[in-house]
Amino acid sequence: MRDAVVKLDPRKLLRNPVIFVTEVVAAVVTILFIRDLASNPPQAGFSGQIAAWLWFTVLFATFAEAVAEGRGRAQADSLKKTKSDLVARKVAANGTTETIPASSLKVGDVVLIAAGEFIPGDGEVIEGVASVNESAITGESAPVIRESGGDRSAVTGGTQVLSDEIRVKITVQPGSSFVDRMIALIEGAQRQKTPNEIALSILLSGLTLIFLFVCVAIWGLAGYSGTVLSVTVLAALLVTLIPTTIGGLLSAIGIAGMDRLVRFNVIATSGRAVEAAGDVDTLLLDKTGTITFGNRMASDFLPAPGVTAGELAEATLLASLSDETPEGRSIVALATGEFGVAMPNMTFDAVIDFTAETRLSGVDMGARRLRKGAVDAVLRFAGLKEQNGPADFHSAVERIARTGGTPLAVADGERLLGTIHLKDVVKPGIKERFAALRAMGIRTVMVTGDNPVTAAAIASEAGVDDFLAQATPEDKLAYIRREQQGGRLIAMCGDGTNDAPALARPMSESRCRPAPRPRAKPPTWWISIQARPSSSRSSRSANNS
Amino acid sequence: MTTIGWLQISLLFLAVLLAIKPLGLYMARVFSGERTFLSPVLAPVEGGFYRVSGVDPNKEQSWLGYTLAMLTFSLAGFLALYAMLRLQAHLPLNPQDYPAVPSDLAFNTAVSFVTNTNWQNYAGETTLSHFSQMAGLTVQNFLSAATGMALAVAFTRALARSKVTTLGNFWVDMVRATLYVLLPLSIMVALVFVAMGLPQTLEASVTAKTLEGANQVISLGPVASQEAIKQLGTNGGGFFNVNAAHPFENPTAWSNYLNILAMLSISAALVYSFGQMVGNRRQGWALISAMAILLIAGVAITYWAEAQGNPILTAVGVDPALGNMEGKEVRFGQAMTALYAAVTTGLSDGGVNGMHGSFTGLGGLVPMFLMQLGEVLPGGVGSGLYGMLVFALLSVFVAGLMVGRTPEFLGKKIEGREMTFAMLAVLILPLVILGFTAVSAMLPFAVASIGTSGPHGLSEILYAYTSTAGNNGSAFGGLTGNTPWYNTTLGIAMLLGRFAYVVPVMAIAGSLAAKVKAPASAGTFPTDGPLFVGLLIGIILILGGLQFFPALALGPVVEHLAMLAGQTF
Repeated sequence: MRDAVVKLDPRKLLRNPVIFVTEVVAAVVTILFIRDLASNPPQAGFSGQIAAWLWFTVLFATFAEAVAEGRGRAQADSLKKTKSDLVARKVAANGTTETIPASSLKVGDVVLIAAGEFIPGDGEVIEGVASVNESAITGESAPVIRESGGDRSAVTGGTQVLSDEIRVKITVQPGSSFVDRMIALIEGAQRQKTPNEIALSILLSGLTLIFLFVCVAIWGLAGYSGTVLSVTVLAALLVTLIPTTIGGLLSAIGIAGMDRLVRFNVIATSGRAVEAAGDVDTLLLDKTGTITFGNRMASDFLPAPGVTAGELAEATLLASLSDETPEGRSIVALATGEFGVAMPNMTFDAVIDFTAETRLSGVDMGARRLRKGAVDAVLRFAGLKEQNGPADFHSAVERIARTGGTPLAVADGERLLGTIHLKDVVKPGIKERFAALRAMGIRTVMVTGDNPVTAAAIASEAGVDDFLAQATPEDKLAYIRREQQGGRLIAMCGDGTNDAPALARPMSESRCRPAPRPRAKPPTWWISIQARPSSSRSSRSANNS
Repeated sequence: MTTIGWLQISLLFLAVLLAIKPLGLYMARVFSGERTFLSPVLAPVEGGFYRVSGVDPNKEQSWLGYTLAMLTFSLAGFLALYAMLRLQAHLPLNPQDYPAVPSDLAFNTAVSFVTNTNWQNYAGETTLSHFSQMAGLTVQNFLSAATGMALAVAFTRALARSKVTTLGNFWVDMVRATLYVLLPLSIMVALVFVAMGLPQTLEASVTAKTLEGANQVISLGPVASQEAIKQLGTNGGGFFNVNAAHPFENPTAWSNYLNILAMLSISAALVYSFGQMVGNRRQGWALISAMAILLIAGVAITYWAEAQGNPILTAVGVDPALGNMEGKEVRFGQAMTALYAAVTTGLSDGGVNGMHGSFTGLGGLVPMFLMQLGEVLPGGVGSGLYGMLVFALLSVFVAGLMVGRTPEFLGKKIEGREMTFAMLAVLILPLVILGFTAVSAMLPFAVASIGTSGPHGLSEILYAYTSTAGNNGSAFGGLTGNTPWYNTTLGIAMLLGRFAYVVPVMAIAGSLAAKVKAPASAGTFPTDGPLFVGLLIGIILILGGLQFFPALALGPVVEHLAMLAGQTF
């Protein structure tokens, strides 16, 4: 409420012409009220009442804005609090650690974070794997895995490590980290006017000007008709005519909009970005990690002739126990889960790791030489010629490939046991999401490096409108360029670094506009989709606003 | 109100409806530079014009170039007409030896015809020579109408094209509008008018001996030809002072029909051409529907108000069945007069076949309000279309904010720049109308010109500035406009109403043309459906109503209430 009164300062209200005019009129009527009190007490009741209503209108507008701002400020405060408490265990060159405040970290520093500690700044995992609770940033309660190397190495300051220990190399200066930018955004939301807001203010100012004129003219016309209209009456008429309600609520609407987005875990870098998002016609989605879980997972075991499912499952389980890749883990999960194989407790004579040359892995235990791997590699291992396996086996392999899956063969020595169906698993609920997007008029296009057969299978399962198979970064660029030439607005959504060139294209497009306008922030914003069980923290999306 | 009356009205709208498509398609071809069935005859003439004037018909202009060409051309037209009126005593075809037109009246008249207003502070048959009428006024009737069409076509191109800086060539559009559209239609309509009995002669007058034996001098002249272009170009400036109420301008119910048909057809069909040229005929029909709904509502209210008659006269024994016949021609009756009044003001025509000032309070309010809505129903040739498109942009903007996408009209994004210019354009009408009316109402010498005291007098002033600022030209009657004050201020009102409106509109066109035309997606707010039509109507009514209702309340509304209370002015 105090803020609402502070906002009555005419210099601050000048930003909002409609309410500014209302305030000036209110001030004039108040002066008339005081004059009436002194000279014409019966009239004072009327002008007093009008003055009260006018001030109430102005206060209503400033109060609405103050309330909206208050919410944003509370949010920023909670984020700031997360940040200010952070300390870092910096690893010195000689391997010793010292505890310093997170704010004094520099780019290139290496910090050690153990379970239960908070990550002090944005950086990259250089050693170790950890599960991290990123709910402070994404609102996603399930912890995510962060590991060195690959696409999952980025960590954000303010998030909490739940298990294990990681070493993180700081990559961002304190003050420009993700959390810092979020705070700046939330605090700055009320200071930027979006293009549509500007256009609307113009409309409202124009109307205010017209009605101001109407009221002045009425005074003249009434004079002809022999009526003297008092300034109080004209003031009341003016405020009735000008669009005070929308004018008063305009800034509050803007702030409330940003605030609402934050509650949905969408962080917009500017109001402009929000409006651009509303205009998007086509959404390009990276397949891996966005539409699918990103790791192929075992979905079925298909035994070869003369082999029981249990036998195959058991052999596969044994062959995969020491396989720490996500595929290996998913095989273990499938075998022990759906196929009900008990977890064996035995020692292996030798563990054969997967290499790019052999393209198979497995274990030796006693007489058993269990192997799983690429179909041709396993066939060769089993001493069979390429097309020499049982017909049923080959048809199973073909069927898996046709539906977009990856077949793995399993063999015990020279005995071919069957195939594992590795499947790119589409995230649950994604189809409904695309249907919702379609209802909003947004076309979804899946972009993938897979071959067209696989891509088509996944596209139909996920329910996207179109797909781009075997896409190289150049293909993505060409696709974006083609759509843009048709006047469409493209959003790109992905989580991998391999999307960077395509992401840059829509951005650079915005800088090539014929009349470049100054913009406070680059037209990139983060969208975090909540119901994403294990995928990355955020998807990056860019747009040619 | 009678069934016959409604039938007459419905038949007319049906006739216009039938004319819209063929005429609209024809004009779309003309302005796209395609061959038409008249090309074999007219193409050489057209080419001749370009050769003589040194215009390269293939060289297109930017919005600024186009606008400057239009302004230059209008200025030249004004100067030529002004000179002609001032020097008419020395010019040929002046059988009555009329002297030079006084400077203020000449200014007013020249502005009036160059701006397609045709406000008549002069009495044609007693002030102007045949030469002034034919070479001056009639020529401007063609050119000002062609100018309006050219501007509308340029605006259409801005919406049809994508990422361009040019809007066409003003000179080419002018020549084509005149040569392919206005001229052939005028010849056709003029011949029909002659067949209907309108005079077409260079004789000054005939003298008739009346029954009492007195000599009566009846003015004549080239009436039919001027009448044709007066309606086709929505000019409205009649040969005679009483305009289409004069039996030589509008002798029969049939000629009255042709009058209305001629003024409505081109304006309405041009909207169809717009749809055709932007590649969305439904869009054209959507705009036409919005126009038609408002116009028919206007006709209905006027007809109803006039058919009610005047309760004061009914009280003294006049049969109310005939309605309010004051100021109306018996050969037209209520329905045709109400129709003419609404159409002439919904358009920017301004011809009248009855005295609007003699209408009842509400009956007189409607024509005034239709003009204050911006004369977009369907408005003057061309000017109505671009006026309506400004309203469409405003509607789309409001709708766009409601659906949460950047507002788009035909794939063009409507942003701050367009809104700024749209508001500048919309500002002009209230500024000019209310400003001049308020000032005039306070100046004793201006008030002295009015014919009736009380609210009716205020209506007279308000109507005059409404009519001139809207480039309509119809008069309420009663106001003595031929005074230095009114000649000058009405002239200024006409200039501002035309050019101060057109320049921001063309700036919008320039800005829109440069934008990418985005294809419609499922999320685009459709601008060719009934929802948009409703929204558009709402925006027009709310904007017009809020701006002018306070002023109307002091004029016609008070008059209406006073009439019900038994008081008349």
